[in-house]
Amino acid sequence: MESITLFISAVVINNIILTHFFGMCPFLGVSKKMSSAVGMGLAVTFVIFGSSLLTYGLYYLVLVPLQIEFMDLLTFILVIAAFVQFVEMFLKKNSPALYKSLGIYLPLITTNCAVLYVAQQNISQGFNLIETIIYSLGVPLGFTMTLCIMAAIRGRLESADIPEPFKGNPIALIVAALMAIAFSGLGGLV
Amino acid sequence: MKGFLRGIVKENPVFVLYLGLCSTLAITTSINNALGMGVCVIAVLICSNAIISAMRHIIPDEIRIPVFIVIIAALVKCCALLLQAYIPSIYSAMGVYIDLIVVNCIVLGRAEAFASKNGIGASIMDGLSMGLGYTFALLLISLIRQIIATGAIALENPMSGATIFNLTLFPSEFTVSMFGTPTGAFLTFAVVAAVFTVWTKKDSKKAGEK
Repeated sequence: MESITLFISAVVINNIILTHFFGMCPFLGVSKKMSSAVGMGLAVTFVIFGSSLLTYGLYYLVLVPLQIEFMDLLTFILVIAAFVQFVEMFLKKNSPALYKSLGIYLPLITTNCAVLYVAQQNISQGFNLIETIIYSLGVPLGFTMTLCIMAAIRGRLESADIPEPFKGNPIALIVAALMAIAFSGLGGLV
Repeated sequence: MKGFLRGIVKENPVFVLYLGLCSTLAITTSINNALGMGVCVIAVLICSNAIISAMRHIIPDEIRIPVFIVIIAALVKCCALLLQAYIPSIYSAMGVYIDLIVVNCIVLGRAEAFASKNGIGASIMDGLSMGLGYTFALLLISLIRQIIATGAIALENPMSGATIFNLTLFPSEFTVSMFGTPTGAFLTFAVVAAVFTVWTKKDSKKAGEK
């Protein structure tokens, strides 16, 4: 039961974009087309899940026994950077179309705060292995969901009459604000 | 001097380039936090720009990004440990966002775009300019949010927690507490960014006419 609560809270209530603002760059950058939004979501899910498990293992099996916990940030970011490189090579070979549409945002997953945040959170919240798995699946799922909703709304925005200065990112942020209001209504769920 | 001002208005990393949004939105609930975060980022940015610029001839091109990120991570960890030791109130208020300076696109972006191609002096100036632009953006947004959400402008001494400055503008019955929540952050940012768009467009139009 507790794991279900953790999952729902990670996906909806503590939605990573709308309550913690992590992953804003791809949120604004890749949410113009549905197909790239889904692709980005899947890539981020894979990176977060893989790197979280790796960093979790590294932290408890290497850093803690050696008593060098203060090296956590350095270790985590290196693991994440290597993982993203791996995903990039994989996509380039197997799905060149998706690789092209993600463009600059693919290598930037390294600097997507969400990835490092989940890795940090797993340690600082003292999650056990099962909780880590649930949390590292729930957070990117929430990310993907928000990204897809945003892509759908932005598709409609294209035909809307928007004041000149608000075109582009400002209107996307207003939409995000409205989404944040809607999502805060789900706060009583858990 | 012109290059110095560039980072603050024309190429403001936050409002014009849309970099470092996560921390900008999250940390701007009060001026105190905004100031603390701004100072941290300026320190990290200047040091990372200086180190990367000094090492630019010995870093192999293919692995430059991992090298940059390791340098930045080491600096951020130093910054976090110093804060934890000397100003614990700021450290606990900002929490995980300090560690996340590592993935602040501004720091890596300037390393890649400027410090890896320019001399040490110019890189330090660029770091200071971009850092000030970022701090300016943080302060602007946190000021708007704090006034609307609490009706007052307050500043505390981070060492002792004593109030330095507290100016009540309107009574608390008329405040909109929503501006302290994520929704308010998105709204404030959207409006300020739109104002900036109008402003910078006007400037470039004027330059075009000349």
